[in-house]
Amino acid sequence: MSLEASIRLALGPLDLDMELTIDEGEVVALLGPNGAGKTTLLRAMAGLVPFNSGHVRLDGKVLEDTATGQYVPTERRPIGFVFQDYLLFPHLSVLDNVAFGLRSRGTSRGAAAQKAVEWLGRVGLEDYARAKPAELSGGQRQRVALARALAPDPRLLLLDEPLAALDVSTRAEVRRDLKRHLASFQGIRLVVTHDPLEAVALADRLIVMENGRLVQTGTPAEVTEHPRSQYVADLVGVNLIRGEADHGTVRIPGGTAVAAAGAESGEVFAMIHPRAIAIYRRRPEGSPRNVWSGRASNIELLGNRVRVRIDGEVPLVAEVTPAALKELDLVEGGEVWVSFKATDVGVYPA
Amino acid sequence: MRRERVPIVVVVPAAIGAAFFILPLVGLVVRSPWRDAVTALTAPETIEALKLSLVASLSATGIGLILGVPLAWVYARVEFPGRDLLRALTTLPMVLPPVVGGIALLLAFGRRGLFGSWLDTTFGITLPFTTAGVVMAETFVAMPFLILTVEAGLRSMDRRYEEAARALGASRWRVFTRVTLPLIGPSLFAGAVLCWARALGEFGATITFAGNFPGVTQTMPLAVYLLLETNQEASFILSLVLLLISLLFLVVLRHRWLGSA
Repeated sequence: MSLEASIRLALGPLDLDMELTIDEGEVVALLGPNGAGKTTLLRAMAGLVPFNSGHVRLDGKVLEDTATGQYVPTERRPIGFVFQDYLLFPHLSVLDNVAFGLRSRGTSRGAAAQKAVEWLGRVGLEDYARAKPAELSGGQRQRVALARALAPDPRLLLLDEPLAALDVSTRAEVRRDLKRHLASFQGIRLVVTHDPLEAVALADRLIVMENGRLVQTGTPAEVTEHPRSQYVADLVGVNLIRGEADHGTVRIPGGTAVAAAGAESGEVFAMIHPRAIAIYRRRPEGSPRNVWSGRASNIELLGNRVRVRIDGEVPLVAEVTPAALKELDLVEGGEVWVSFKATDVGVYPA
Repeated sequence: MRRERVPIVVVVPAAIGAAFFILPLVGLVVRSPWRDAVTALTAPETIEALKLSLVASLSATGIGLILGVPLAWVYARVEFPGRDLLRALTTLPMVLPPVVGGIALLLAFGRRGLFGSWLDTTFGITLPFTTAGVVMAETFVAMPFLILTVEAGLRSMDRRYEEAARALGASRWRVFTRVTLPLIGPSLFAGAVLCWARALGEFGATITFAGNFPGVTQTMPLAVYLLLETNQEASFILSLVLLLISLLFLVVLRHRWLGSA
């Protein structure tokens, strides 16, 4: 049982070309920056956005296929959709919102109400059945939206930025609840998010997309340990360089060679953790093979660490302690030297 | 609390503007022969005219809802060539002198009219100078208000609610009745009231297309105008009745629509 989609579409500036397969039993997060086409992809799978070519198959049944002209309208797809700002019907009570999908699919009024009450109990909102959505807090609305999507027993659950509308104080708690509900749902689960923390917390597998294309997929550990795009590297907070490996060095476009133990041959990514990069005011002499000069373009305090962005031959981010920064007497725009050891460079095929 | 002084160049024309509306109403209330009110109001012609006015204006509103809401939906949701032109044509009666509207109706649906003669010979249906003709004239003039208001409501509503409903398995009809209509409720209500008020006051198109037969086509505005010649006091009283009805609905509107805006 799985979802299999291959979708190509052009919509305004977006040029989307994605293929993905999601198996039952895994929670997949679609991660990417704003404008990457995540929401459009989700909407296309729900039948809300027409696509130029491709297909969507659920459990082997065709929902849409441009090659054969098959199209199952949204209302007849076995999907549950949690929209970004939930879109609870403002004129209906919480109970009627949750019962809406059941009633739409032909369940009798009594049975639908009974099942809706059951679902409200499951999300801990049985006391709010008569309330209107406007009377609920953000977290409660999220739970109603989830109950509403799940009540008709869909095969495929699509969640679009389910936590983005919440303030930071409630997000952690709602995320825990959401994880629990996702775990108990017997179907295919796909969560769209731009928040890496959310993706890692909720999903067994990440699909990273940028500019309408898939850039990386894997478990959260695989993705964070071996970023394959600048976007993911920035999310994880590491330096990522792409270049040509040549027995101990990685040559990057522009000609600079980075000494990297383990570099063999071919296109590779070289990853350097900011903690592994040391900053000096004068040219250091010592064992590290990688020594460059540059200019500190941005200094940012993050908790008990300071991240210093250094522009130079190879733009890098280094992480030092506030005390070290003070000792260096470094200000933005100041000249610095950076160095790191060849053994601190992680190399993996591109 | 310190209050901002309102400039005199604004206050004076504003006051004159307000007085311009208030003085005629004061005149109507003060000079109406209140002593004869009961007699005038219970006169059979008055009751007939009032009944006809209410029946015809409510019918016009009903037809407006049945035909106008789908038309507004088409304008708001369907892209087709000539849509703007069609919208302009169906809005025209709002700016057209009602008498011209009445003549146009006569030329189209009169007994010798373009379609009227066909209706007459084929079905034996005659529309002009009947109560149905009154309803037609009123609908012609009043429905555009409803169409425009409902279209604006449809355009400004968040369509994603309709998508949410579809994703929950709702058919097009269920989406429309359970989500779209309730969400545009305020516009629907406002459009219906505007349409009804315009229909209630309709004079020019009605008298041209339907004539002035007491009990059949003589609505309140027609009765008021004709009584002015024969029985001034009674026409004042009827005017007062129309004023009260309008005022009543304005108050209702304020609560339901203007108040929340």
